[in-house]
Amino acid sequence: MNNFLSQGVPISWFLLLSAALFSLGVLGFLIKRNLITVFMSIELMLNAVNLSFVTFAHEWHAVKGQIFVFFVMMVAAAEAAVGLAIIIAVFRARATLAVDRIDLMKL
Amino acid sequence: MNVNLHLWLIPLLPFAGFLLNGILGSRLPKWLVTTIALLTPLVSFGVVLNAARFVFGIGGAASSLPYIETCPIPWINAGTLHIDFSFVLDQLSLVMLLVVTGVGFLIHIYSVGYMAHEEGYARYFAYLNLFLFFMTVLVLAGNALLMFVGWEGVGLASYLLIGFYFSKDSAAKAGKKAFIVNRIGDFGFLIGIFLLLANFGTLTFSEIASKLVASPAWQGGVLTTIALCLLLGATGKSAQLPLYIWLPDAMEGPTPVSALIHAATMVTAGVYMIARTHVLFDHAPFALGVVAVVGAATALFAATIGLVQNDIKRVLAYSTISQLGYMFLGCGVAAYSAAIFHLVTHAFFKALLFLAAGSVIHAIGGEQDLRKMGGLRKHLPVTFWTMTAAVFTIAGFPPLAAFFSKDAILYEAFLHGTFGMALWFVGLVTALLTSFYMFRLWYMTFMGESRSPQIHPHESPWSMLGPLVILALLSIGGGWIGIERFAAFLSPAVGPRAAESTIPNLELMLSAAAVAVALLGWYVADRLYRQKPGQAAELAEALPVGYKTLAHKYYVDEIYDATVVKPLFGFSKYVLGVVVDVVLLGGLAWLLGGIAMFSGAILQRWQSGNLRSYAAWLAAGAAALLLFVLVPWNSVWPASVDFIWKVARH
Repeated sequence: MNNFLSQGVPISWFLLLSAALFSLGVLGFLIKRNLITVFMSIELMLNAVNLSFVTFAHEWHAVKGQIFVFFVMMVAAAEAAVGLAIIIAVFRARATLAVDRIDLMKL
Repeated sequence: MNVNLHLWLIPLLPFAGFLLNGILGSRLPKWLVTTIALLTPLVSFGVVLNAARFVFGIGGAASSLPYIETCPIPWINAGTLHIDFSFVLDQLSLVMLLVVTGVGFLIHIYSVGYMAHEEGYARYFAYLNLFLFFMTVLVLAGNALLMFVGWEGVGLASYLLIGFYFSKDSAAKAGKKAFIVNRIGDFGFLIGIFLLLANFGTLTFSEIASKLVASPAWQGGVLTTIALCLLLGATGKSAQLPLYIWLPDAMEGPTPVSALIHAATMVTAGVYMIARTHVLFDHAPFALGVVAVVGAATALFAATIGLVQNDIKRVLAYSTISQLGYMFLGCGVAAYSAAIFHLVTHAFFKALLFLAAGSVIHAIGGEQDLRKMGGLRKHLPVTFWTMTAAVFTIAGFPPLAAFFSKDAILYEAFLHGTFGMALWFVGLVTALLTSFYMFRLWYMTFMGESRSPQIHPHESPWSMLGPLVILALLSIGGGWIGIERFAAFLSPAVGPRAAESTIPNLELMLSAAAVAVALLGWYVADRLYRQKPGQAAELAEALPVGYKTLAHKYYVDEIYDATVVKPLFGFSKYVLGVVVDVVLLGGLAWLLGGIAMFSGAILQRWQSGNLRSYAAWLAAGAAALLLFVLVPWNSVWPASVDFIWKVARH
């Protein structure tokens, strides 16, 4: 671990940053009403996870973690494409993006 | 001498026939079904003949019996218990095998003619082959458990064949009755097997026998219990008192089935089992006495019922029960070879009687009531003459087969002390009754004028008459081997014959008595049914109580119904049906269902459909999990914070 500490930043800081970003993402997902903001919160959570992946990959010199990050980015990209398409479709159909109004699946 | 007899082929060939005809039979052409059905028992019979050749030393050295064939794969291997699939060929099983496969094959041929126009032709032959498979397993089995497999299997085949016309309610009921009554006997057999295992540590017949021979002082006690349990099994399978009730009803099946299963082979399994375990019975004199009493009582009891039956097959059914009683009587006085001798001759003449009766029924279009027959002698000459041979045989006229075998049993019973003389007397009375009811059947069927002029009988095809003729020859000549030679042959397997009498000419005198009562029975039947045909009915009116009791078979079915069946039904309906089923099981089901519905009603509020509430729960759950994993709950809070830092810093 010493080699990483050459810049003087301990690993726990990265992890705390990751946890903070993830928590912000969860919070945003839960409390925001706009669908696009909710969507962005999801992206935030994904990237928080990416950050911890990279941290551990570097820490343990394991390239697997970095590969996972690529996977997550790829899935996030695909999800963004599909998700935005859905959002547009929903907006065209309902003329609103408020999450509380989009409740057709409710019993 | 290392000769391989391929005993395993004997049961497995009919089994292959069963599989082929049972699975593909309905799609195969009829001639192929027939070929498969006939070829497999024929080849089995050939294997048995080859074994017999080997035993008698024809075309090679005679072998030392018993010859044992064991499957290399053990069946049960648990602790000290080792049970193999082992087949044993000794004198006893050889005789049984010859009867089973030989008579069985003849009845297969007969069935081709008899069943030619019936529905379910392939199914019938599949069942028949299945029966032969299980029966040969039963006979060849080298240990009690394998015998039990065959024992249950023949019960299954019997059930399937009794209920062959399953769309007929009475046939389906008769099949069930046979199966259930046999279960009671099988229960006894199974308990006997468990006791054998507990006391001998093995189920192999030869090992049990050698252990018993090694300790001659071991008498009675648990051995009596085991023997009585086995006897219960035998009374079920061999239709003895008190479990005989299924056999008369079993006549609902096709007639060749009655001949094969319910006369010649399966019902003699009980006798065979007692002979197979005879060392055990020899060590349990009380049980042996019970066997003799059961046999004699059944013989007389069934014969009296047979006097007044009007269904041709039922007369023969009661006659079968009665003759099986003779065999039990023979076993009970330790005259096993005589019992087996009677078993063999009985297989010949009783199969013949049934097949001839089947030929009669076939000829007059399914009618079984003796009162509607008569005068068939002219129309069915071959059937008539073969039936005549069988009737004279069963009545016990010399020099026909049953004369020798029945006399052998009665003679040995007579030598068995005062008790034996009483049994002999019962046997003699039974012989009188047997002669009477068989000649009654003969007169009512073939003699006089036809009582149903509208029927135009026709003689059966030769596929049916051929077996009749062969069986008639066997019924006539089957006894000529003589009990002395037969007993000498069997003695390694069932022990030597009992001591000869010291009174000179006793055997001759007893034979004369037997022939005299047979003649008397014939005379009475002749008087009542030929000379003065109305007299039988007058006699029945003169003795209303006696006649009604016999005609209702001593009300045994009614008594069993009232004492066993009705209480069982009542118990099932009210105790098991209401208390257990509705209250306990139903209540439990309602309780479980109610819990699920109640908790569901509460939990469904959780499923709000609100996406963000789901997400919140998800996040809360994840947070709780994280908390659970990371916090050491036994420490105080600051320590846990310290722990997180330690983990992170590491």
